[in-house]
Amino acid sequence: MKSMTFSQAINDALHSAMKQDDSVICYGLGVNDPKSIFGTTTGLEKAFSSERVFDMPTAENGMLGVGIGAAIGGLKPVMIHQRLDFFLLAMDQLVNSAAKWHFMFGGQQSVPITIRLIIGRGWGQGPTHSQSLQAMFAQIPGLKVVMPTNPDDAKGMLLESIFDPNPVLFLEHRWLHHQIGDVNSSDTHRVSISKSKIINAGNDITIIALSYQVVESMKAIKFLESNLDISCSLIDMVTVNPIDWETIVTDVQSTGRVLCVDTGMEICSVMSEVVAHISINCFDSLKSKPRRITQPFQPEGTSFSLTKDLYSGAFEIASEILMALEIDFDLSELKVTTPHDVPGAWFSGPF
Amino acid sequence: MQYIRQVEERIASEYPSGEMRCPMHLSIGQECVPAVLNLFLDDKDFAVSTHRSHAHYLAKGGDLNAMIAELYGKQSGCSKGRGGSMHLIDDDVGFKGSTAIVGNTLPIGVGLALSKKIKKDKGIVVVYLGDGATEQGVFYESINFSVLKSLPVLFVCENNLYSVYSDLSVRQPKHRKIHEMVNAMGMHTKSGNGYDVSQTYDVLKGATEYVKEGNGAAFVELSTYRWREHCGPGFDNDIGYRTEQEFDSWYEKDPLTQLATELLTQGALSKTEFEDLKTDLDSKIDFAFKSAKESEFASYDDAPNVVYKL
Repeated sequence: MKSMTFSQAINDALHSAMKQDDSVICYGLGVNDPKSIFGTTTGLEKAFSSERVFDMPTAENGMLGVGIGAAIGGLKPVMIHQRLDFFLLAMDQLVNSAAKWHFMFGGQQSVPITIRLIIGRGWGQGPTHSQSLQAMFAQIPGLKVVMPTNPDDAKGMLLESIFDPNPVLFLEHRWLHHQIGDVNSSDTHRVSISKSKIINAGNDITIIALSYQVVESMKAIKFLESNLDISCSLIDMVTVNPIDWETIVTDVQSTGRVLCVDTGMEICSVMSEVVAHISINCFDSLKSKPRRITQPFQPEGTSFSLTKDLYSGAFEIASEILMALEIDFDLSELKVTTPHDVPGAWFSGPF
Repeated sequence: MQYIRQVEERIASEYPSGEMRCPMHLSIGQECVPAVLNLFLDDKDFAVSTHRSHAHYLAKGGDLNAMIAELYGKQSGCSKGRGGSMHLIDDDVGFKGSTAIVGNTLPIGVGLALSKKIKKDKGIVVVYLGDGATEQGVFYESINFSVLKSLPVLFVCENNLYSVYSDLSVRQPKHRKIHEMVNAMGMHTKSGNGYDVSQTYDVLKGATEYVKEGNGAAFVELSTYRWREHCGPGFDNDIGYRTEQEFDSWYEKDPLTQLATELLTQGALSKTEFEDLKTDLDSKIDFAFKSAKESEFASYDDAPNVVYKL
């Protein structure tokens, strides 16, 4: 084990994959530039040649098609976009080709491509530089969509994604890139991308969270545990396509209460589906109505003032938990004291 | 050419019985380009194609029985009935897939060429497209990247003047030539009359050699014409988007008829040999249709390996 940041763990996974398998290639706009995708692609070109690690034309759809063709041709491409929003240009290739190829040609060919997409919030990213659109991708059978939360998972799940025979979207929240944790140093380190993880076992309520909201949920859980002795189960959902219903249903049936915390918007969100599934399949076990925290259903404004009430965190999560348990308690200690648009006071942009 | 024509004519005559229950874009009138191109290709060469892909598949050597079974939605179809007419594949002969979205396979063909270059595999990739695909953004993206990386890919643009029922004049500026535009992007290009067999031969031979010799990507534009309706088995000169006169001007120049007449006149092919060839093809086609009709309908019998590869 070695202590490193989430973005260093991504870099470590890429080095590891390219070292293990000559068919892994890595490309994206800015892969070899001085910033190297927030440091996640540092040193790759030098270690593995400019033939396998290359910058690309600003052509998201075409270059995804190129990756699909390369994958069918026997390579394992890793494609990277600095914003998920840019990748929306590639929906034809994603939905009509990558997701369908295995199915529509009778299982003769598959598309082992991994696409890293960075999502986020804050620092004025605005309406088209920050969207958590995982729900759109969750609606497409044939794609796998994974959202890791901690550095060790980031490495293990990226390696698992690269060596999976199907197309995988790997969504990284920008506010997680600076998280530090112990990471398994082995090249053979793998973490499943098809299983949700119970990261805190509890009895009173099940919290199901995605990506950065797992961090905020953990803060809320720790506070409630030490102040009120409330015992929360926390599921890091990890995968939104396909969804690991077994882990979710089993836990909700044991606690009888559920709060779903999404980074995306409310309408038709991943958590809409989770709430629907729980309502249909766990109805008899529920002691109170399912609860959900999402971003409101509106585009995100850029101004500091326009995002003030847009984001939810530990305070809102703890408030919902207390409502579910019908407990009254002063949570003001959980309110954000640093500016709401940065992960910590140390952050000074630009993204 | 004769083979493709006879297969397509048979599909057209069987289609109205309603057993082939999928959209059908026939290649009748457009056989010349793929038939000639295949003279310069082998199984190490790949091809990808479009919604109108029967001729490309058959010319590349794709299995006839598997194609007809696919049109009938049978398990023995080349895509196990999941793709239909617009999603043909025969990996054994390098036909890597046709898809239904205009322009969709352009970058995929380029990516196959990239994999050949990186893996140092032999062969080139043929990307079939129509004039409509050159209006897609992804067309320019694909041309640009192929030139940038000097990839072993040959774009074969069959310009049949129509995108569904919209003719070229409402879609592209009058005096601009597709191949000139591509040439201006830095790619080696050739063009010609796809209804002239010897011209088609020269253009495709030259372009194929250029790519096979490792000079990078090339683009050819060959004019052609579809005889039947955009989608379906019938003729549609009566609905008003093209004139009978225009149709006749192409029909009269049918490259298949021209070539057959020339060979018969020259004595390179006897009348009996030609008739025998047609009879032989017919019996192969008979067999393909008979076995397709008798085959089991498609089912998801390989679950759970259907949506995801295990």
